Amino acid sequence: MAAVDELAFHEFEEATNLLAETPDAATTSQSDALTSRGHVAVIVGSGIGYGAEEMEEEGDKILLLQEEKPQVRFWTFDYYQSFFDVDTSQVLDRIKGSLLPHPGRNFVRHHLRNRPDLYGPFWICATLAFVLAVTGNLTLVLAQRRDPSIHYSPQFHKVTIAGITIYCYAWLVPLALWGFLRWRQGTRERMGLYTFLETVCVYGYSLFVFIPTVVLWLIPVEWLQWLFGALALALSAAGLVFTLWPVVGEDTRLVAAALLATVVLLHALLALGCKLYFFQPLPLEHVIPAPQATPLSPSVLLPTSAQSVTT
Amino acid sequence: MRDLKAVGKKFMHVLYPRKSNALLRDWDLWGPLILCVTLALMLQKSSVDGEKDGGPQFAEVFVVVWFGAVTITLNSKLLGGNISFFQSLCVLGYCILPLTVAMLICRLVLLAGQGPINFMIRLFVVAVMFAWSVIASTAFLADSQPPNRKALAVYPVFLFYFVISWMILTFTP
Repeated sequence: MAAVDELAFHEFEEATNLLAETPDAATTSQSDALTSRGHVAVIVGSGIGYGAEEMEEEGDKILLLQEEKPQVRFWTFDYYQSFFDVDTSQVLDRIKGSLLPHPGRNFVRHHLRNRPDLYGPFWICATLAFVLAVTGNLTLVLAQRRDPSIHYSPQFHKVTIAGITIYCYAWLVPLALWGFLRWRQGTRERMGLYTFLETVCVYGYSLFVFIPTVVLWLIPVEWLQWLFGALALALSAAGLVFTLWPVVGEDTRLVAAALLATVVLLHALLALGCKLYFFQPLPLEHVIPAPQATPLSPSVLLPTSAQSVTT
Repeated sequence: MRDLKAVGKKFMHVLYPRKSNALLRDWDLWGPLILCVTLALMLQKSSVDGEKDGGPQFAEVFVVVWFGAVTITLNSKLLGGNISFFQSLCVLGYCILPLTVAMLICRLVLLAGQGPINFMIRLFVVAVMFAWSVIASTAFLADSQPPNRKALAVYPVFLFYFVISWMILTFTP
């Protein structure tokens, strides 16, 4: 088809030739197109639909190219609606992908397929914050069952602290990571990196594995808690590393290693901080108040001092 | 009087959830306000013992309920639901009624002293009322979502009432 050949890419050296023959080529191609259309329309019965479809497709393609970017502004509702364009099955699939990291499969390319969503990260962070506060409180209840000298209180302020910590981690760390990768890309001019939303998505979904872990931390066996924590951290960090590896692997060895080490370290710090703050090991409450145990110390010291006075 | 009657009628609709549009068509926020204030007042500790890590303060309950409801509504609209903002707030607020009743019962039960049986009764009551709240609000809200996203819209409602139930269950006078 002459029309398609004319639209094909020509080398720059032939530009003058092209310019010379464009007027003629235009008319010939148009007439060719007309005749070919007429040809198709007249002769072959089944070809009518086919030819018409192709012409329509080209017309559609031209239309699409013209209105490629609809230019949705960030202060309209539709801008944010595009980030929630996921179905239940897609969210579940992404969660499964984060739970089982695979070295060959990049989370962003394989599961997100360049359509990041904000639903997953937001609600996973909210669930994690509430589950942390609730199970932390439950451990206190269970501890009080065993040892009535521990003072129980609902500790509602822990919900606020949990929420702020988790949300700050899940949004500020991806921001820093994305900023750093952009800066490195600026100096290196390598392959495409992830958008900010994709980074937030990766981090948000990687936090999902901590939700069942936190519930399992209710079991008061110390070594089992550390084991679950280590497992969760390994899964979560592996997911992050496998996702970041293609982007970072093209950088120098030193920078790549340092970046991945920092990512894993921050993740480990978060897990450790949550474990120590929300699930304080019991002997700590009876001993000299450590900095993390200060909210409990006034109420704990009172019963213990009362006990010592009576005995 | 007319407003009071409307509020009372909506309470009845929540207690016996049927597929009626009364809650959705003429929404009002009086009911949710009354319920929220009642819940927040009942969640205050009766004894002032100067503890900082006690139960939720009055303002905290308000913040949890109203910001929670707004967040769920925004989530529902962003997922493509065709329910209006205030209709959704109205439904979520009114469906706190079973949990407020649970709070009343818990306070009465706690007057009899604390203990494991006491806790079991409270747990049972709160669990039943939590299920009632979730079912009531889902009956009204789920229809407004596209079918392949219903679970995504209902899960935050579940989380919201779970948090309120936990606040009620952990209340100690």
